[in-house]
Amino acid sequence: MELIIFYLAAVVAVGGGLMMIMQRNPVASVLYLIVTLVAIAVMFVQLNAVFVGALLIIVYAGAILVLFLFVIMLLNLRGEKFAEKRTRLDRPTRIILAVAFILELLAMFKQVAFPGRMDELMVQASPDFGGARPVAELLYTKYLFPFELTSILLLVAIVGAVVMARRDEKDKKRGI
Amino acid sequence: MDLKLATIDLGLIAPEIIIAAVAMLILLLGNVVRRRTILAYFGLFGLVAALLTALPRWGNPASGFYGMVQADNFAIFFKIIFIIAAGLTILMARRYLISHEIESPEFYALLLFSAVGMMVMAATSDLVVIFLGLEIMSVPLYVMAAFARHDVSSNEAGIKYFIMGAFASGILIYGIALVYGATGTTDLRRILADWGFFEMHSQLFLYSGAILVLIGFGFKVAAVPFHMWVPDVYQGAPTPVTAFFSVAPKAAGFAALLRIFTYGFADMSQLWAILWILAVLTMTVGNILAIFQDNIKRMLAYSSIAHAGYILVALTAGGDGAVSSAAYYLLAYTFFNLGAFAVITLIDTRNSSTAQIDEMQGLSGRHPFLAAVLALFMFALAGFPPTAGFMGKFYIFSEAIKNGYIGLAIIGVMNSFVSVYYYLRVVVVSFFARPNKEFEAVSYTPAIFIVLVITAAGTLILGILPGYWLSLARAGIFQFL
Repeated sequence: MELIIFYLAAVVAVGGGLMMIMQRNPVASVLYLIVTLVAIAVMFVQLNAVFVGALLIIVYAGAILVLFLFVIMLLNLRGEKFAEKRTRLDRPTRIILAVAFILELLAMFKQVAFPGRMDELMVQASPDFGGARPVAELLYTKYLFPFELTSILLLVAIVGAVVMARRDEKDKKRGI
Repeated sequence: MDLKLATIDLGLIAPEIIIAAVAMLILLLGNVVRRRTILAYFGLFGLVAALLTALPRWGNPASGFYGMVQADNFAIFFKIIFIIAAGLTILMARRYLISHEIESPEFYALLLFSAVGMMVMAATSDLVVIFLGLEIMSVPLYVMAAFARHDVSSNEAGIKYFIMGAFASGILIYGIALVYGATGTTDLRRILADWGFFEMHSQLFLYSGAILVLIGFGFKVAAVPFHMWVPDVYQGAPTPVTAFFSVAPKAAGFAALLRIFTYGFADMSQLWAILWILAVLTMTVGNILAIFQDNIKRMLAYSSIAHAGYILVALTAGGDGAVSSAAYYLLAYTFFNLGAFAVITLIDTRNSSTAQIDEMQGLSGRHPFLAAVLALFMFALAGFPPTAGFMGKFYIFSEAIKNGYIGLAIIGVMNSFVSVYYYLRVVVVSFFARPNKEFEAVSYTPAIFIVLVITAAGTLILGILPGYWLSLARAGIFQFL
């Protein structure tokens, strides 16, 4: 049963990811991204990391992607605007690069099965791995500094966005 | 219930805290204080205060925040570079911003936040923190590039820099993820300690990750073939912003690169071959394309690519001597490149300006001092003695020879000869070319005069008395705890 759910979630996640990049319409892309994130959250729950799974849905699917949707709708983006000019070499280059990346990934995952280390890592995981407490503990001890840095990063991004979007005297003169 | 509380030593990150706090205060006060001069000088005050808190740490390195912060000499050396660059940029930017009607308090705040990001990058041995520092540095830079919002080319610069930068960040974080997959840690000290084990078990993972990290930083420091964005961004961005672009993010990128590749991944034996090619390409392409430029900002953009190549030579050579020569060169480069841009900022402050090299015609007749310092900076960029540019190149190439990279040193010296041509062209135009029209006057402000004096003095002092500064750079080799 667990295995069936896992494979179902995996297929949905990969399929959602594929659909996301193949959509012309940005709104549909975002919706497919949400599908992918929910599927990944299912996998986290299966790994007993309930809290991480919940975070993924609440923060990513709930907050960040809704924000994406707002931005896309505000900018009123339409699919056809992205129909870019293509050169003759465009398609072959893309295919070659994609194939190279896939081969690279496959080669690496083949290598990753180093038995001793995998077992060692598995034993180390505590029973409440991925729960609220371990996550919070890491966040407020080892990762305290990066955590605080992230808040500065967000502040900077907000200030930057406001600076770029603000109307000033010149805009008012032009009646924008 | 055992509660582990973080051991917090705020003293370790005092310079970052001060600058970030001043930047936030500028944002707040921007709505209250009408006189922007006060805000600009408040920002300057914050930088000086940060410098004063950073300096006493020299000589007693410390580590904190669970190894996420490394306050060693290397970090302090680079923090000094960032503070100098940010301070001089504030001084030279004000008049330009006012005359182009784009001054706002946010400019100074963003500049300071960017400096905070750079300082974070230089003062850590953890890849996650390096990445966050890089983003805190880059996001303000994207906005600053597009700060002249009513100017199409500034907009173009902003969007180009943003897209390229975001792309580079994506590659970098992918690389970091692969390194983490291979080693189970993002701490460079632990990666180095168990390198043999990781290399045996997950070599491909590790190498792919390392190379992607290198590519990500290659974009940031403008190494060829990741340099396509540089000329347009340098030309389109407001001139003082370009000045800041050309020194500070480059120094920050190299600080991180030096930490990662001469320390964490020091045992990656095949790496030198990649770096060798990167260094040769970057020097040669930068110098040759610079010859064909008529716009002085574009020329300096290619010149900054070439200089990134010289520093990559030091990175290729590896070892303590090469790291300190790179640090010395970055300090020297900060002075003379900012100086050159300060002169251009003055000339470019006139609204009619398009920053063509021909505009320098007759500069020496009208403004002898300006022409003289411009010549000094061009000589330093080309690497003539007794300027800092000569000593910097000398140290880098001699370190390369010492470590057996004779071919690389020869290519570097030949590139230096090529660069003489286009740097001297500026000097010749400003001194000897007959003005084709009456030279439009430029007026100094005390602030920009101070910038010119500081940068010229720095260029000469570092060149004439290099011993002391080099010993500082040498003491600045990272001591990890």
